[in-house]
Amino acid sequence: MADAVSRIAARAPALAGREFGAKDVRLAVLQPADRISLRAPAASLGALSKALGLTLPTAPKTSASKGKRSALWLGPDEWLVIDDGGRDPLDDCAGVKALHSAVGISHRNVGISVTGRAAAAAVNAGCPQDLSLAAFPVGACSRTILGKVEIVLYRTAEDAFRIECWRSFADYVFAFLVEAARDAAA
Amino acid sequence: MLLIRCPYCEEERPELEFRNGGEAHIARPSNIAAESDEDFEKFFFIRSNPKGIIFERWRHMHGCARFFNAARDTVSDKFILTYKAGEPKPDLSAIAESGPAAWANRPPDQLNVKKPAAKRKPVKKGEA
Repeated sequence: MADAVSRIAARAPALAGREFGAKDVRLAVLQPADRISLRAPAASLGALSKALGLTLPTAPKTSASKGKRSALWLGPDEWLVIDDGGRDPLDDCAGVKALHSAVGISHRNVGISVTGRAAAAAVNAGCPQDLSLAAFPVGACSRTILGKVEIVLYRTAEDAFRIECWRSFADYVFAFLVEAARDAAA
Repeated sequence: MLLIRCPYCEEERPELEFRNGGEAHIARPSNIAAESDEDFEKFFFIRSNPKGIIFERWRHMHGCARFFNAARDTVSDKFILTYKAGEPKPDLSAIAESGPAAWANRPPDQLNVKKPAAKRKPVKKGEA
């Protein structure tokens, strides 16, 4: 019985475990994570930062990170909070009395990591932003586009990016990046 | 690629991240039901569509998602400046070019500010 239920309710994350390696670029679909889309006025930031355990960034294109949790600035009153450690940030926000809107989007997004010496070149195949370290340093993040779709781009290290896209676009994004990685390696 | 400065992101971003949002500084009437048909038509449909400098709304759709305003030259496609939504219309006379495009926007009655001089007296025969 339990076996039958688990078979029916088994969750298959989009593109689970898909990987691709080319010379100087490696692509991998990341493990499912807990994510929220957070919108709040400036007056609520103190309470929310305390609840989330990290200081929400207020400067454009910046992020804050503590442990396995990151908060990415997307707009003047909008953040994307990602937690890879299994603690849902939605639960942390639930007790905050200050005005805010936290929406769970864990299953809306798929995370893809692009690492390696030519990672920036691979991302730049479809993303028109300047990804040099001067313009897009480690920790920088931005909502932008890749080919035909919208993504959130987050630089986790000098040669590592995390791409967050909607799960229905994930197939396109991964296929696009595979071609881009082949080109970047060539 | 055209780079557009987003006043919220405080930097130049590629044009692909932006969407045009039509002409800026069009005030919605406070009591729209009392508007006459002519006034409503003017507010709703009639746009200036100038050749030269235009004030437009733009949206940083695939970025911070904010609307902002921009002054753009429709001839050269050059963005003269961008500013946050809600801020007053900037005075461009100081920074705008004085070329023909700068004059294209003005209503005809502003083009000739000075009144034409009074008619000259008719020239008498034999004087000139």
